[in-house]
Amino acid sequence: MEVTVVPPPRPARRSYTPYLLLLPGLAWLVVFFVVPTLSLASQSLQTGDVDNGYVQTWHVQTYLDALSRYWPHFLRSIAFAGTATVLTLLLAYPLAYFMTQKAGKWKNFLLVLVIAPFFTSFLIRTLAWQTILTDNGPVAELARSTHVTDALQWMRLTSNDSLMNSRFAVICGLTYNFLPFMILPLYASLDRLDHHLVEASGDLYATPVQTFWKVTWPLSLPGVVGGTLLTFIPAAGDYINSRLLGNTQTVMIGQVIDSEFLRVQDYPTAAALSFVLMFVIVLIVAVYVRRAGTEELI
Amino acid sequence: MPDRTSGDLRLAGVTKTYDAFTAVDQLDLVIPRGSFFALLGPSGCGKTTTLRMVAGLDQPTIGQIWIGDRDITETKAYERNVNTVFQSYALFPHLSVIDNVAFGLRRRKVSNYKAKAMEALDLVQLAHIARKKPGQLSGGMQQRVALARAVVNRPDVLLLDEPLGALDLKLRRQMQIELKRIQCEVGLTFVHVTHDQEEAMTMADTIAVMNAGRLEQVGDPATLYEHPRSTFVANFLGQSNLLEATVTSLAGMTADLDVHGVNLRLPLDRLANGASSVWLGVRPEKLRLVLPGSTDVGGGAGNRLSGVVTDASFTGLATNYLVRLPWGQELMVVQQNDGMPRAASGEHVTLDWAPEHGFALDADQDAHAGAQDRADDSGAT
Repeated sequence: MEVTVVPPPRPARRSYTPYLLLLPGLAWLVVFFVVPTLSLASQSLQTGDVDNGYVQTWHVQTYLDALSRYWPHFLRSIAFAGTATVLTLLLAYPLAYFMTQKAGKWKNFLLVLVIAPFFTSFLIRTLAWQTILTDNGPVAELARSTHVTDALQWMRLTSNDSLMNSRFAVICGLTYNFLPFMILPLYASLDRLDHHLVEASGDLYATPVQTFWKVTWPLSLPGVVGGTLLTFIPAAGDYINSRLLGNTQTVMIGQVIDSEFLRVQDYPTAAALSFVLMFVIVLIVAVYVRRAGTEELI
Repeated sequence: MPDRTSGDLRLAGVTKTYDAFTAVDQLDLVIPRGSFFALLGPSGCGKTTTLRMVAGLDQPTIGQIWIGDRDITETKAYERNVNTVFQSYALFPHLSVIDNVAFGLRRRKVSNYKAKAMEALDLVQLAHIARKKPGQLSGGMQQRVALARAVVNRPDVLLLDEPLGALDLKLRRQMQIELKRIQCEVGLTFVHVTHDQEEAMTMADTIAVMNAGRLEQVGDPATLYEHPRSTFVANFLGQSNLLEATVTSLAGMTADLDVHGVNLRLPLDRLANGASSVWLGVRPEKLRLVLPGSTDVGGGAGNRLSGVVTDASFTGLATNYLVRLPWGQELMVVQQNDGMPRAASGEHVTLDWAPEHGFALDADQDAHAGAQDRADDSGAT
């Protein structure tokens, strides 16, 4: 009989490698997230002006003033971002489903098409919508002749016969710009969908519609949650689409913060608005993720 | 459950082609209600395609599928009273075990689905893990959940697609017995697709051997084993020695065959009418190895060949020999470890077998058909 010699257990050597690997990322976060956040927090509780400098006075009133002045902009931002998120989901889900389940050899080509807009600047793509929706362009003409403009006016998305400089244009811009951020997570989660599960569902008497709601949809929820977060969060803080495609009635909170910082140079108010926006988004996301029942998937 | 007017599963001229490839070719098959039926064949023989057509997951190119007197060929999968245990189990990962099992019942709006699902879990002895998610279970448990999920619907036909393929040998043996028990208990028609001839033989009442999209032979395990009708079946189900033989005379109840100058005999009813040259087959365990100088000379009425042992391997239960005949062919011989002396490599021996243990196959077939397709992962035989 062979005798196996069991070596005595070596004293456990603590490995520092994981911590070393964490270091660059942590350093980045500290320098570019933690420190700016703290300085922003401090800024929001200061008083003074640019010329004479700021003093830390713990002036909480700034928050209350900012909120009472700009709450419509908050609501508008959330409404626009929410609408755009729902629209991107409605557009992206069928597309991602088709790409992963039906496109076959065209799958990768379609994926390239989804990513292709990123090769052009965000700004240029948004400006292009001005041309698309311009008053004497074919889109506006078609919308007028088919009375879509009337419907949009009735829904208060536009205020006159033109499409540009309206809520409608801003929502179009947001939807367009954030569409890839919805498609990609959906694509990833639908691509993992085991086709056998769909077959098994049919085998167990589920109609195609039931199969979608009982199997495909719940299994794609991680993608839905991921996509909606990636769309809603940046859309809520966006300030480009509303500036380039909207009017004075469509100003979003990102635009307000932008102008408070750079034009009015009321740093405390801008900082306070930034914090409120952050808080509102975290709150909405937390409630949403809990409702979706996908905490463990995030 | 509603009263079912169902009966046998019947496939009539079922053909499935993919572009130029014919997966299933003119399949005619009757699977009696309540039987445990195995579709056996090497991978790519069309057995899974056949199963998928019965399940409604694939459409036959030509032909009809009937359950009792209902033609279900055009019926959608979700409208068929047929359930499948998938090879990958295909359990819904987002649902608990009990919700998986109740899935079919709920789609059919069965009222007390919870109780019925629990009953089915009891049947597979997994009632205690009803609340778990499939991902938390072992392969064997997942397999049983998949079975419960199908059985609970009391389908007219329950299809099993290599259900034990992913399990290790020991668990597979255990599940074979379990499956058989459950089938007896619920009395459903089980159609079991497998490439493992031993699994098919242990479990099924009737086996249909498929090869290259066609049926080779249908019968109970003993008939298939003792009286194979093609070299494919002879080699795929167990092992066979096939000797090239010419019929020399038909006298009374036996035929005389000439095998390289040796006269061997075979009962007349084993021979097809008018056959003149055949493969004479005999199973390795039917051959008796007689050592030189042994007083045991057999019954005297036996067929006899002499040769030299070229290989002897002792497996405990038996000894497997290879014996080279004068014309160079090697025969496989399995000698039970019944206390008789064993032969060594190089020894001259006589092989002896009763004529009724032989079988004859049409000579224009490939003698090695099926031999390389056999599943040899099924452990010691």
